[in-house]
Amino acid sequence: MTTLAKGPEALRLPAPAPAPRRRGRWVSIALFLLPALVLFLMLVVAPMLVALYASVFRWNGFGGLPTDFIGADNFTRLFRSEIFAQDMGHLLVLVALSVCVQLPFSLAVAMLLNQRMRGRALYRVLFFAPYVLSEVITGVLFSLILAPESGLANRLLAVVGLESEWLADPGTVMPSIFLVMTWKYFGFHMMIYLAGRQNIPNELIEAAQIDGATGWRTFRHVTLPLLGPTIRISVFLSVIYTIQLFDLVWILTGGGPSHSSETMAVTMMDWGFKRSQVGYASAISVVMFALSLVFALVYQRFVMRRDLEGAMTSQGGRS
Amino acid sequence: MTRAATNRARRRPARRRRHTLPLHVIAIIVGVSMAIPVVYALLGGFKSNSELSENPFGLPTAWVTANYTDVLVSGSFWRQMWNSTFIAVTTTVVTVALSALAAFVFARFAFRGREVYFTLFTAGLMFPFAVAILPIFVLLRTLGLLDDPLGVILTQSAFGLPLTIIILRGFFRSIPGEIEEAATIDGCSPFGFFWRILLPMARPAIATVSVLAVVGSWNNFMLPLVVFSDEASWTLPLGIQQFQGQYASDTARILAYLILAMVPALGFYAIAERHLVGGLTAGATKG
Repeated sequence: MTTLAKGPEALRLPAPAPAPRRRGRWVSIALFLLPALVLFLMLVVAPMLVALYASVFRWNGFGGLPTDFIGADNFTRLFRSEIFAQDMGHLLVLVALSVCVQLPFSLAVAMLLNQRMRGRALYRVLFFAPYVLSEVITGVLFSLILAPESGLANRLLAVVGLESEWLADPGTVMPSIFLVMTWKYFGFHMMIYLAGRQNIPNELIEAAQIDGATGWRTFRHVTLPLLGPTIRISVFLSVIYTIQLFDLVWILTGGGPSHSSETMAVTMMDWGFKRSQVGYASAISVVMFALSLVFALVYQRFVMRRDLEGAMTSQGGRS
Repeated sequence: MTRAATNRARRRPARRRRHTLPLHVIAIIVGVSMAIPVVYALLGGFKSNSELSENPFGLPTAWVTANYTDVLVSGSFWRQMWNSTFIAVTTTVVTVALSALAAFVFARFAFRGREVYFTLFTAGLMFPFAVAILPIFVLLRTLGLLDDPLGVILTQSAFGLPLTIIILRGFFRSIPGEIEEAATIDGCSPFGFFWRILLPMARPAIATVSVLAVVGSWNNFMLPLVVFSDEASWTLPLGIQQFQGQYASDTARILAYLILAMVPALGFYAIAERHLVGGLTAGATKG
């Protein structure tokens, strides 16, 4: 596909451009590309490489590049640490809850708001609105609402006798964080599903209905399979986001009580900035990166492969 | 008149309205649960703390405006607002300007190594910001850019490049080559074509990526958190976090602060809703 896209341009270019203009062409290319390239190399690529490099040193972050090489010690220490094991557990819990609860909920709401009903535009705007609020506003708001003594949640639930410690209890802290995540992010996934649903020709749905399929069967056997690519992307985004989860947890609990809601990013910030063990913290960030990368590669290779091929052929067809 | 009436009746049969009732019930339940936290904060800001604990959700018996006015007359709130705005606008200008130039090259020039450079940028989508935060902190400290808005602006711009370049390149490619040829024949330089023809044509795409950059910068927390220690350079998210720590027991005042801090984001959402949603869903499905 890339060769096809390149072909005509490559054929066209040499003929009309005489030698002196060609040097000018390289100058323009360099002038246009270099600012972005320099900034990107300096502040994205180089820090990534430094993180990789620092992860095999003992380093407090001062005095130029690290020198105290300790091999894989940071990693063995990390993999043996109980906090890291807990971080992994929290990641799995949040991914499982997101995929099994939040995303189906978003999908259900999207299907609901795809019906012709009065006020659906308003509902869409309302449900998406929390997504534009910052994590800090969301976090502070919910830390007040979920406060054990005076918070709104316990005030309302006291009526039915279901008060809880929410963020202060290791047993309920993860579900509470998940609740806040759902409040903030389900509208985003809903919008993705709505966009995906709009790409499905209505004729297909109508054909199924004419053939006598009920609403549920139409959804199960026509809409859901056709939404497959959209759902797989939304799962992908959700998992990648959860691996890097920081802001909300930092504001809501700071990782507590006693590490019971800590995520990898929180652990990393803790070691890197509070205890100045930058080498060890870099090892955590490298593991975080490796997890994202491995997940992305495996997921794209085995789950999204057909979708990507489809996307590319459809794109080729359009242009 | 009669035909119009029968047409409408045929298009919307009576039973459809009956069918949508359960849908409305569900939508309203979800909507109310979404709105409760914000309504609680809005009303809570008008209450005294003692009333807030006795009557957490009802209307205030006496409307206390001091919580809101105290925040509005405080210099720190407006300074944070200004810092957030300045950083968001500058980040957006830098991101979009650099990305547009690079996307122009990727879309309209054929040269050796083009795909390599482009892949390098797209790979940037895979680099989570949190992974680079420690080296970035060290780098900014070395460059003397801690407590300097420039440190946050440049870093945010650098991380904004990949998605912006991808979206803009796609748009630039969709503009027919004949237009470029015509402009070149009329004596237009590559930059002239870019500046006078391509950019004006790409206005919708520019709007979309700008909106994404503004929102990303406005809500960013992790980077300002490590870069800004001096209160004078704090952005709104840092200010909110600090305010909560400072007035821990003064819940009503924090709620008022939260509501006031929400206003710009929600106002921006109201103006730019289409670009924001379109950009995010397109970014999600293409990224």
